[in-house]
Amino acid sequence: MKKLIATLLLPAATFVALPAFLLGSPAAMASEGGVRLDTAPIKPTDVISLQRGARTFANYCLNCHSASLMRWNRLEELGLNESQISDNLIFTGDKIGDLMNVAMTKKDARKWFGAAPPDLSVIARARGADWLYSYLRSFYRDPARPTGWNNTVFENVGMPNPLWQLQGERVRVEEKAKGGEGKEGHGGATTVKYEMVKPGSLTTVQYDAMVADLVNFLVYMGEPAATTRKQIGIFVLLYLLAMLPLVYLLKREFWKDVH
Amino acid sequence: MAAAEKPPVSGTGSVALDGALTWVDQRFPLISTWKAHLSEYYAPKNFNFWYYFGSLAMLVLAIQIVTGIFLTMNYKPDANLAFGSVEYIMREVPGGWIIRYMHSTGASAFFICVYLHMFRSLLYGSHRRPRELLWIFGVLIYLSLMGEAFFGYLLPWGQMSYWGAQVIINLFSAIPFVGPDISLWIRGDYVISDATLNRFFALHVIALPLVLLGLVMAHLLALHEVGSNNPDGIEIKKHKDANGIPLDGIPFHPYYTVKDIFGVVVFLIVFAIIVFFAPEMGGYFLEANNFIPANPLQTPPHIAPVWYFTPYYSILRSVPPLFNSQFPGVVAMGASVMILFALPWLDRGAVKSIRYRGRYFKVPLTAFVIVFLVLGYLGTEPTTVWGQFGPWLGNVDRATVVARICSVIYFLFFILMPWYTKVDKTKPEPERVTH
Repeated sequence: MKKLIATLLLPAATFVALPAFLLGSPAAMASEGGVRLDTAPIKPTDVISLQRGARTFANYCLNCHSASLMRWNRLEELGLNESQISDNLIFTGDKIGDLMNVAMTKKDARKWFGAAPPDLSVIARARGADWLYSYLRSFYRDPARPTGWNNTVFENVGMPNPLWQLQGERVRVEEKAKGGEGKEGHGGATTVKYEMVKPGSLTTVQYDAMVADLVNFLVYMGEPAATTRKQIGIFVLLYLLAMLPLVYLLKREFWKDVH
Repeated sequence: MAAAEKPPVSGTGSVALDGALTWVDQRFPLISTWKAHLSEYYAPKNFNFWYYFGSLAMLVLAIQIVTGIFLTMNYKPDANLAFGSVEYIMREVPGGWIIRYMHSTGASAFFICVYLHMFRSLLYGSHRRPRELLWIFGVLIYLSLMGEAFFGYLLPWGQMSYWGAQVIINLFSAIPFVGPDISLWIRGDYVISDATLNRFFALHVIALPLVLLGLVMAHLLALHEVGSNNPDGIEIKKHKDANGIPLDGIPFHPYYTVKDIFGVVVFLIVFAIIVFFAPEMGGYFLEANNFIPANPLQTPPHIAPVWYFTPYYSILRSVPPLFNSQFPGVVAMGASVMILFALPWLDRGAVKSIRYRGRYFKVPLTAFVIVFLVLGYLGTEPTTVWGQFGPWLGNVDRATVVARICSVIYFLFFILMPWYTKVDKTKPEPERVTH
């Protein structure tokens, strides 16, 4: 029986270790351009951070981007009441039970930006928190682009920097790293640096913290049930773990007479 | 009246229950079925770890059917609504997320159980005479399961659903002459569209589940006809007592039912860890790109099937095109699955179980497991994942070369099997089972 338990536990252990090993690996490692992404300093259980993120989202994102799979009153989960939500976050005639839609049509959007802004309901699950955190901090001024903006993480993106008044306007300065000629086919190792041309209303530290809150909110919105899921999961596991010795003893009792 | 000749049921401890069971048993083969398949079905007493996965696969089938029924209540098989309806289930249907995650995790769990169940067969020779038909039913279950998974994967209508289906259906166009017509017939349109989604939904929720249930039934009936193999690969029916009961057999119920309950709880612990704490499994069970709604105008930079198809996808990719046609790759991929049917006749070993086989079997089997895993890994990655060999080798992708070597070994494992199992130096089998 010892052998049986050992053989059972071995694959179980690999299974448990596997998610930890794999978590966030394929999606979040690098952007399409191969830029190294910064780790998003987010905490999904920090309700205050989520509330701040919701405010930024309603103020800056929800004019072009919809979140059409998310209802306003779901924000009550973040410790807000109905009047707080409708007074501080809903700027349109939306009712509290409505979905987070925008007035801009896809057709107009394509005309104005070249591409319709994607719905952001599950964007954090598609892109990953690190990508969003890096992307929102990588805009720079580029006169060659129709909007005057470009982005290091998402080259030639149609989206202008909506947070420019907060972040300020920057230009990109490329520096060839020393001895960066390196291997062929991999491109010289260039480090991207930015130079502030016109400072915004926030310092870099404040801006990064604000983006982290926003990304935290986007991650929450991608799967609002995630926190509940983990809480329930603990009880389910405790129940199953309590059952395990019982079913083992039951088996041993029945098998007593098998030699 | 023949029915009345059956003896009344007794021994449940309740007169009313005895009466009710007697009434049913005289009109339906209740007691005899129970005895034939459970309480008097004698299984070898030396089943080990590898023997859990058959019953676990049945458990996963039940999970998939029950969660599937509830998903169907809120899912909309419509190109405009499908993506949103899945998120509706995740957000607004009470308990919807747990049902959806159980179903998406269940799909992968099904393949894990089936792969381990099939590997058990390779280890102990469960496909050998007299269990050839049992094995063939099993391979048919595996094929239907692949179809079921493929059709189901289109339903969330994300980018990977769409483009994965596009790639697989396009494979049929590589068939000479009739190919393009066949893929048009499968899609029901010139591109993957609403028509495709609707028919895949029908196949996923009705057609293939029925086929699967029928095949599972046939698999079990065949098993109970010939009896279970065991880790020693010897027939327990050779040694029976005066009542005709195998000396090394124990009734399936209660012995293996209580043992399988233990296996079920261990399985559920692993299953719950994934469902509640890592439902995406780092992008292997739920792919990040599938959270982007299907867009026929935008091809994702890297299209890969879900992990359980990747060994075959690797074989497909590793075969170079002939006259600009992918057809040889498609044939190789088809052959890599179909060759499983021939397994009972390829294996010519004097013994069934790996316990009594020699190096000539153990080395090829180990190589097979390694190449299957390597092919599976490579199928999830772009062919450029390991970079290129230098110009002296034509700058060919390293991963492609490795996949080609592995594909050749995959086929050699089967093609050379009649030879290496025959020349293999085996040990004598025991008369009775050992633990």
